[in-house]
Amino acid sequence: MPKPEQFDVVIPSDTAKGQEVQERIVSRLEQLDFPPRDVFGVRLALEEALVNAIKHGNGMDPSKSVRIQWRIDAESVCVEIEDEGPGFIPEEVPDPTAEENLERPCGRGIMLMKSFMSRVEYSGRGNRVLLEKRRNS
Amino acid sequence: MSTRRLDIEEVGDVTVAKFVDKKILDETNIQIIGNQMFGLVDEDGRKKIVLDFSNVEYLSSAALGKLITMDKKVKAAKGKLRLCSIRPEIYEVFEITRLNKIFDIKTNQEQALEGL
Repeated sequence: MPKPEQFDVVIPSDTAKGQEVQERIVSRLEQLDFPPRDVFGVRLALEEALVNAIKHGNGMDPSKSVRIQWRIDAESVCVEIEDEGPGFIPEEVPDPTAEENLERPCGRGIMLMKSFMSRVEYSGRGNRVLLEKRRNS
Repeated sequence: MSTRRLDIEEVGDVTVAKFVDKKILDETNIQIIGNQMFGLVDEDGRKKIVLDFSNVEYLSSAALGKLITMDKKVKAAKGKLRLCSIRPEIYEVFEITRLNKIFDIKTNQEQALEGL
């Protein structure tokens, strides 16, 4: 099996820069022939996590940055995203599927990440998230 | 003037708005698409609207937020909104978030136009 590839990138609080990293990771998964549903889920989860880090974590502050580390091999991809924000308590985010929250226009990102990824874990003060996707056969 | 992100077609008294973008992800992009969508109700006063997703391959939670606001606007104007031609991966996003319960979703444009 080929050696896992590892990357460590720091980007400014700019969603366009986040998209570039997202594209790098997704393109590599496509080259490695990950199933389309896996690729869809990873792209969606990365989008949600990066927007959370840049917008909610760093508050779009240009003096703050986001660190993205990832490892890809033929069987899985694991991405860690860390912002410089105050963090949050994931358990305190209201359930977006509860009847009273269904019509709220926000709060669905974490749920989508958890649904499409194999593992989602918050650490630090809630300013670091780990996303892992194992290949579906 | 920003480029048009919705292709608009009038079918009888129904406005069919087809998303041009494959990816409704980027924050700025979502903002523009949202404003163009809201304009159909707020500025043009359209009452019967079908949103066609045939081109859409990706959509994030921020885009879902805009769709919820759009639904509220149409309801407030006593109009009707339907969504159609959503591919399975995207439909899954609606299912996971239970938004398939809020929106009137049809398989294709023909069905969406029926009885609207």
